[in-house]
Amino acid sequence: MTTEPNAPTSRGTVTIEIERCKGCALCIPACPPAVLRMSEAHNGIGMPYPELLPGCTGCGACLLVCPDFCFEVWQYDAPLRHAEAGAPS
Amino acid sequence: MTRVLMEGSEVLAEAALAAGCRFFAGYPMTPFTEVLEHFARKLPERGGVCINAESELEAVGMAWGALATGARAATGSTGQGLSLMQESLSEITRAELPLVVFHMARGQYDYHQATRGGGHGDYRHLVYAPVDLQEASELVQQAFDRADRWRNPVTIYGDFLLAHTAEAIEVVPSPFPSLPAKNWAVDGSLGGSGRSRNVNSIGMEKGAKGIDPQAFWQRLQAKHEAMAAAEPLAECVATDDAELVVVAFGSLARFARHAVRALRAEGVAVGLVRPITLWPFPSEVLAEACAGARRVAVLEQNGGQMIDDVRLAVLGTVPVTAIGGISSDEAGFGLGDIFEPASVRSRIAQALDAPGPT
Amino acid sequence: MSERSRPSDALPTDVRPVEGARRVGRMRPALLLHEDHDLCPGCGEPVAIRVLLEAIEELGAAQRAIGVIGIGCYTAFTSTMDIDLVQALHGRAPSVATGVKRMQPENLVVTLQGDGDMVNEGLQEVIHTAARGENVTCVLLNNGVFGETGGHMTSTTVIGQRTKNTLEGREAATHGHPILIGDLLAPLGGTAYAARGTVHDAHGVVQTKAMIKRALTAQQQGLGFSFVEILTMCPTGWFVPTADGPGYLDDVLRPVHATGELKRDGRILTTRELLDAARKQQP
Repeated sequence: MTTEPNAPTSRGTVTIEIERCKGCALCIPACPPAVLRMSEAHNGIGMPYPELLPGCTGCGACLLVCPDFCFEVWQYDAPLRHAEAGAPS
Repeated sequence: MTRVLMEGSEVLAEAALAAGCRFFAGYPMTPFTEVLEHFARKLPERGGVCINAESELEAVGMAWGALATGARAATGSTGQGLSLMQESLSEITRAELPLVVFHMARGQYDYHQATRGGGHGDYRHLVYAPVDLQEASELVQQAFDRADRWRNPVTIYGDFLLAHTAEAIEVVPSPFPSLPAKNWAVDGSLGGSGRSRNVNSIGMEKGAKGIDPQAFWQRLQAKHEAMAAAEPLAECVATDDAELVVVAFGSLARFARHAVRALRAEGVAVGLVRPITLWPFPSEVLAEACAGARRVAVLEQNGGQMIDDVRLAVLGTVPVTAIGGISSDEAGFGLGDIFEPASVRSRIAQALDAPGPT
Repeated sequence: MSERSRPSDALPTDVRPVEGARRVGRMRPALLLHEDHDLCPGCGEPVAIRVLLEAIEELGAAQRAIGVIGIGCYTAFTSTMDIDLVQALHGRAPSVATGVKRMQPENLVVTLQGDGDMVNEGLQEVIHTAARGENVTCVLLNNGVFGETGGHMTSTTVIGQRTKNTLEGREAATHGHPILIGDLLAPLGGTAYAARGTVHDAHGVVQTKAMIKRALTAQQQGLGFSFVEILTMCPTGWFVPTADGPGYLDDVLRPVHATGELKRDGRILTTRELLDAARKQQP
């Protein structure tokens, strides 16, 4: 993966317990930077779940509206460019 | 011994205070009203709480909350008000909370309500029917002890006469063996520990996935069977060689006891069995007392309720005759012509004269 | 946490940042034993329970709180809410809470009821508890339907709302009018604080938590009865897709059960006044 010069940065990130997600999708419109989308894939109970795109601010709106306690929210000490934001794949 | 002239309702409240009752909630209704009045005056004076609830439903709910904190608490009413409380009375039993209920009935018409319960599901309440105020002062204290010991509601079944008759008595605090600590009671302290409490009537346990109603209800059933074996109480008067055994409870039994003693003094072979616990019914004592009798006569002030339990106790071994019946004053508060020594005596005498089994 | 086939443009969300980041939001409130529950997708009640538990914890009252819980879908949380609890019958929680509080005035006593529980079955209990100035906090989860039975009309169902026993929508002539419970409770002399919040969006969740904290603080100060109504989504009982739940709440329930504070520091606002104020703010 390469790092593009104008890549969006992430000031924060989330961890998501996708196996607990019931696919309600309430987090999608709740996300102010609109960096969550529902997956094409399905989890173990057959539901789509949120995927994170670059640009998370760590605001925690997803956590606030999630009925299933799926989100944990983090803020980076320094903004990360999206290629660096992820863990090694 | 210092005896004080007290109205029955005051004796009930004094005995409850002697037992450490700290909370009472009730709604006025004759003939229970004075019980509430005495609690309202006495409890705050001694650091307790009495709430004049806005309805019987709220009264029993408030008592429920007080009990959940581990405090000794009581409520009460007459049969009509207790009908309103039935959902809670049933559910409190399954929540295993030690409620004491002062059931000041309008006569003996609420025997079925008190002993069967009008609520939903399987449940039993221990029911004491004191014959007079001295016994009431002791049974009220025993009620609080047994309620805690079994973690089950206990009812004091009285009537207009018990609640309103004044007698010179002394309320003596009764000693009871120590009880286990109420580790189940809420006090907030275990919040966040993973061991917080949940006082509930459905067998819900913290951290558990779902409930097991069958196992929970079977455990309660076993408890009620143990209560039924351990708690029956009865007074027997001259039953050893009695040809006629009279069965009567509560205030009316006081009249029956007087008549039986008078007839005995005249040489008539009559005896009395007085159930002190209406549930569990003292079936074994009654069956034994009737073993040599020609007849059993049931004196109760209603259309025939306790007679069911008497029949179950003797199981067809001896004829059972109803000598009570409906007997009411104009107000329907539970007084009636049946509360006359002459009336009781003549009812017993008629049973004596009835033709025996062939 | 597991990761399934992640598209190349999506970031990994199955591992926590190792360093250079701090956690600002936990999955599970500290006073919840575990996250799993069987409530429907898109339900608003778990969100309300989260903010209630967080408010108790943040006020430092975790070891001084007793919950009295009614009967509804939220009752399932009695196995996981890690505070002392008393399970009440449908409608009876305020009376049970009264008994608890009178015996343990040092503890924070909070009831949790749904609209069927509080406004249908137990209306007189909550009104009397408020009128008495009982020093407890009653929390109402209002979704306008009996969710647990599958979506039937309650006393807060709004005119026109379709439920399983008002299939063509609630009609005043046949089914009567909804009760705005906050308007009944706020004017009573015993009521110290009353508010109506919502969990249909993040802003509402934050505001609702602040309302709960004010209510609990009023109780801690011994000011009297406090009340927080929380509008919650019930897509199952509303017969809408889960993602449409927040919009349905905002478009159907909220124009009747307007959100805002109904009583604070002795000042009373009616729901009508809240609605008028909201209209003026709209461009």
